[in-house]
Amino acid sequence: MYRILKKKILNPTVTQMEIEAPLIAKKAQAGQFIILRVDEEGERIPLTIAGCDKVGGGVSIIFQIVGGTTMALNEKQEGEYIQDFVGPLGTPTHLEGLKKVAVVGGGVGCAIALPVARALYERGCEVTSIVGFRNRDLVILEEEFRAYSNRFRLVTDDGSYGEKGNVCAPLNEFLQAGETFDEVITIGPLIMMKFVALATKPYAIKTVASMNPIMIDGTGMCGGCRLTVGGETKFACVDGPDFDAHLIDFDEAMKRSRMYAEFEAEARENHCNLYKKEK
Amino acid sequence: MAKFNMSPNKNPMPVQDPLVRNRNFQEVALGYSEEAAIDEAKRCLNCKKRPCVEGCPVRVHIPEFIAMVAEGKFEEAYQIIARSSSLPAVCGRVCPQETQCEGKCTRGIKGEPVGIGRLERFVADRHNSLCTEKPALPVPNGRKVAVVGSGPAGLACAGDLAKLGYDVTVYEALHLAGGVLVYGIPEFRLPKAIVQKEVDNLRALGVKILTNMVIGRVITIEELQTEYGFEAVFLGSGAGLPRFMGIKGENAKGVFSANEYLTRSNLMKAYREGGATPILRAKKVAVVGGGNVAMDAARSAKRMGAEEVTVVYRRGKEELPARKEEVEHAEEEQIRFQLLTNPVEIISDEQDNVCGMRCIRMQLGEPDASGRRSPVEIPNSEFVMEVDCVIMSLGTSPNPLLKQTTRGLETKRRGEIVADEQGKTTLNGVYAGGDAVTGAATVILAMGAGKKAAAAIHEYLQNK
Repeated sequence: MYRILKKKILNPTVTQMEIEAPLIAKKAQAGQFIILRVDEEGERIPLTIAGCDKVGGGVSIIFQIVGGTTMALNEKQEGEYIQDFVGPLGTPTHLEGLKKVAVVGGGVGCAIALPVARALYERGCEVTSIVGFRNRDLVILEEEFRAYSNRFRLVTDDGSYGEKGNVCAPLNEFLQAGETFDEVITIGPLIMMKFVALATKPYAIKTVASMNPIMIDGTGMCGGCRLTVGGETKFACVDGPDFDAHLIDFDEAMKRSRMYAEFEAEARENHCNLYKKEK
Repeated sequence: MAKFNMSPNKNPMPVQDPLVRNRNFQEVALGYSEEAAIDEAKRCLNCKKRPCVEGCPVRVHIPEFIAMVAEGKFEEAYQIIARSSSLPAVCGRVCPQETQCEGKCTRGIKGEPVGIGRLERFVADRHNSLCTEKPALPVPNGRKVAVVGSGPAGLACAGDLAKLGYDVTVYEALHLAGGVLVYGIPEFRLPKAIVQKEVDNLRALGVKILTNMVIGRVITIEELQTEYGFEAVFLGSGAGLPRFMGIKGENAKGVFSANEYLTRSNLMKAYREGGATPILRAKKVAVVGGGNVAMDAARSAKRMGAEEVTVVYRRGKEELPARKEEVEHAEEEQIRFQLLTNPVEIISDEQDNVCGMRCIRMQLGEPDASGRRSPVEIPNSEFVMEVDCVIMSLGTSPNPLLKQTTRGLETKRRGEIVADEQGKTTLNGVYAGGDAVTGAATVILAMGAGKKAAAAIHEYLQNK
């Protein structure tokens, strides 16, 4: 059992938790993920590590409440326990030698983009952060991003906060102005990452996307997380989760991510009803 | 009662009716009664050559334990098996006896061999249900050994070392101990309560089992040896990485590796109504491959409510690598076999859901390097099978994690850890065995490797 040290509601659909897992905290690096189960009967879900307290032994996760499992997790309070918490999994984001990077995050993906931006910034890399959200209410981690970025741009789809538009607008602006980057790192919805990759391709700027497909074991056993990258089948859990965004078959990944959409909707519905009954 | 039973046939194993059991997940074979066990034991001639023992990878003293069963001394029989095997209730169920002990049995020359597997299972189950005595705790020798992976190789190695007095810690990556015994082999073939019992037996011997520990990531092998003070490490990380065919459409929705399908069903209990882990409830399922795992996947799919399940295999029936009994059980449960057939493309609809599989017919040509006749495509013989789910059961490669994270640990081209006969790897004090070394094989071979490595570790530490 793993204790919840802290819980913070970031916005109505996104929650941050710090879980007591000192061994993982000691080893975790930006870009790696954990797998958790809320209770004995629960499913295994992967979540990218949002940060860790190497002294206090806490590992932060930030999750969007989308299905039965994340709902159940969100109902847990500080001081309570979750059943399983395993990691750090996946290969860390490659940061060495980078001098000038654009970090492009979208929605809850910003939670994962932040530790990458921070790690780069702390290494003395020049960081341009571009973050996007649907609207003002969903904005998370703005202050933290500002603290670890040399340049910061925030956009919302509806213009209710920051600039109106999607993340590709400021990115294109930089690129068209002749700005160059050693690398663009993008983390967010698949459709956003696809368009970020399309934007950087003509400029031949290396672009890395952090993938978060459906997974069970997270150790290279099930193959459920497989993706096509440059025509080859890759497993996100052991070969990734970071891949060359110009080589990823995003359309296939989007289809695969919808595999259990109906089941998830049903689980969410059941969970809500259960919750209503209890109340 | 006659001293010997000269019947040419084994006592039949009572089983659930095929058309009932293919709708439930309860165990297929129900086990011998005491009378049947004694009667079967009397078929053993107790021959001098003991060919059966030669056929057993862990050298169970088979004629001796069977003699005890014939006399009704079941607990004594158990103690004889336990000297050589750490997991008798498991092996009695999943060993390929027809190519091992029973394959060598003298009675098999004229008629059926003695039902050694069935007797082993009977003896182990009886012990597990009746015996409440705790095993005598070994005298601790104060030396620490780490075991990575809690599958058959790791459990066997841990058990033998614990009996020798070592302080053994087993590290398991998943949330439950047992490895392939819990994520791979389904409930109807190996009830999980039996695996749990074997794991509990190890705990009773003082073995510590830590779950949710991905060695290589959270603690490296080197750290186990230095910071954690383990004088030796055994790697039994298994062959987890599933292979795919590389054909068009293989990443469509509804195509799974057998590992994924079985893990969802077994480990995550997706077969139960209202389970939190989703699984595709398909109508027409094709399982590609012909091994035990393919049979497990096909029979699981049937139990999950599929109307039609077909095993698609590129060679013929004689070449099916699965245990004979599994193939027979599958046939009884109305699993279809589309033999001498190979998929060439998976077809999906606009939503990218699988709706068919294009196949080509094969014929057997010249023997290949493995000595088996290799299948050759018959030109212009393509046809389409209507399916909504394809389960790829083509074997697995060793898990790449330890290789990625352990400097100096040599592996072969496909990722198998390089180890000698005793399990010694290229790193000092590090041993390995089971599928991680051989590639996908059987539970009993993995156990045998775990035991060999335990003996080698003992020798190494005594001379250290």
